[in-house]
Amino acid sequence: MNDSSSPKLTLDETRHVAKLARLRLSEEELEACRHDLVAILDHVATLGSLDLEGVEPMAHPGDRTNRIDPDTPVESLTQDQVLAMAPATEGPFIAVPKVLGAEGDSA
Amino acid sequence: MSSHPGVVETARLVREGKATACEMLSQCIDRIKSGDSETRAFMRVDEESARDQAQAVDAALAAGSEPGPLAGVPIAIKDNIVMEGRETNCGSRILEGFVSPYESTATQRLREAGAVLVGTVRCDEFAMGSSTEHCAYGTVGNPWATDHVPGGSSGGSAAAVAQGLVPAALGSDTGGSIRQPAALCGVTGLKPSYGRVSRWGLVAFGSSLDCIGPLTRSVEDSAAILNVIAGPDKHDSTSLDSAPPDYLSGLADEKPLVIGIPRQHRHEANDPAVEAAVEEARTALASKGATFIDVDLEMTDHGIATYYVVATAEASSNLARFDGIRYGRRAQSQPGESLDDLYARSRGEGFGPEVRRRIMLGTYVLSAGYYDAFYKKALQARRVIHDEYRSVFEKCDLLLGPTTAEPAFKIGSIADPITMYLCDRYTVGANIAGIPAISIPGGFKEAGGLKLPVGIQLQAPFLGEPDLLRTAHMLQQMSSHHLASPVG
Repeated sequence: MNDSSSPKLTLDETRHVAKLARLRLSEEELEACRHDLVAILDHVATLGSLDLEGVEPMAHPGDRTNRIDPDTPVESLTQDQVLAMAPATEGPFIAVPKVLGAEGDSA
Repeated sequence: MSSHPGVVETARLVREGKATACEMLSQCIDRIKSGDSETRAFMRVDEESARDQAQAVDAALAAGSEPGPLAGVPIAIKDNIVMEGRETNCGSRILEGFVSPYESTATQRLREAGAVLVGTVRCDEFAMGSSTEHCAYGTVGNPWATDHVPGGSSGGSAAAVAQGLVPAALGSDTGGSIRQPAALCGVTGLKPSYGRVSRWGLVAFGSSLDCIGPLTRSVEDSAAILNVIAGPDKHDSTSLDSAPPDYLSGLADEKPLVIGIPRQHRHEANDPAVEAAVEEARTALASKGATFIDVDLEMTDHGIATYYVVATAEASSNLARFDGIRYGRRAQSQPGESLDDLYARSRGEGFGPEVRRRIMLGTYVLSAGYYDAFYKKALQARRVIHDEYRSVFEKCDLLLGPTTAEPAFKIGSIADPITMYLCDRYTVGANIAGIPAISIPGGFKEAGGLKLPVGIQLQAPFLGEPDLLRTAHMLQQMSSHHLASPVG
């Protein structure tokens, strides 16, 4: 298992994946992560030797279907319980940085 | 042999008035206070609330009411199963200070059965690991050699039971996280069928793989716990609707079984002590009328690859909820920083290296352009593995093999992620297929002045817990491996 084997993963691609995963990593951490991912993906690539043509993907053991419960209201967490868990609050709100108007963040 | 009583014995002593729940708890707390510094299995001990539960059991008995099948049994809980009003950290900085506002179904059922929940035990961060070295709050030592790992991710659960601090602990098993530490610590670890035990309140790692199960000294104790925690739950739509049988009374059933030994699990890389343990179990069961056949699990070599795509894909999605906004630890806000930056910094700082690695892998295999090449392929391989088990179980009732290829390794001795992942070579299949499996103590490897336990694994078809448990129980009636204790 070495970095020259396929599939290749560049540092830029790793940076893109970190962005998708919303993980801030230092350049050293990114490179370490890239190195590990290449080795792991190399191992995973062994699945390519299997003939899986026409095999139905299995997302769940037993292929269970959704269970629908009756639509009955039940108690949920109170506002106090929710606010007590939040790392930063302002009055009855959870405090967060400005969302609207920030670059690339507007909903 | 350990002198303190197990689950069934404790409940009997308390029920018959030979000991009070408070006395059993005091003994347990004393053992934790004097022994835990060696292994550091416990994250926290909830002495006060445990005392309240024990007093309630004693009061119920005094009033002549039914105290429940686990009356007065002290139980430790893996630090990824929530309890109302208690801190749950999942071994992660990102959940530093998190106090759960709700109770898991499994712990709720233990409480209702009269069990006394004494505290939480360490685990790998978000249950990702095979050594409990990936716990942000410190590693756990193996009670048989404290500079060795206890296995993982339920390493604290296994160490606490092996050391005799508690008669039982709950763990969770996504790819072997109950069975592998059970094997390495010399205790009994059961991974039930997928959906047999509600996942409500188990912090999700791989939702289609995760199972809660007990770690105990004996199979009988394992059955006693499963009796309480198994069953349908309206809070978990993947919990099975069927009512579970009585696993304890099922231990006495006698029916000669056909047991398959997967050729691919008798690997040349297995330690001779592991191979000897499998042989010993085969001989013992054959003496009780079991028939053995060799079978093929050709997909064994593809298990880890399949597992690490499916599990990390699900993990990357499940762990997206930890954003440092609504609960847990938030990075220090910086002036002019956007919400996205804050998420990314909170997560980058809050998750440890192994969790970050798995989130990255999961995100990658689900990302545009790679989904078909990795994720879809792994789901297809998953079906092939599932179907292979199904056809093997047309020829035999159970499978016997090793739990792991080797006994415990030294803390810090495995740095390469793939080598660590391959520790789960024999265990991931049961999670991929959703079937039940158990690891029981199979013997020891004695070398260099060390005596390290090895485990054997039995696997059964979906919902085959009764055959699984009674066969494992039969083995324990013919051997004393599970009674060996690392403590005096």
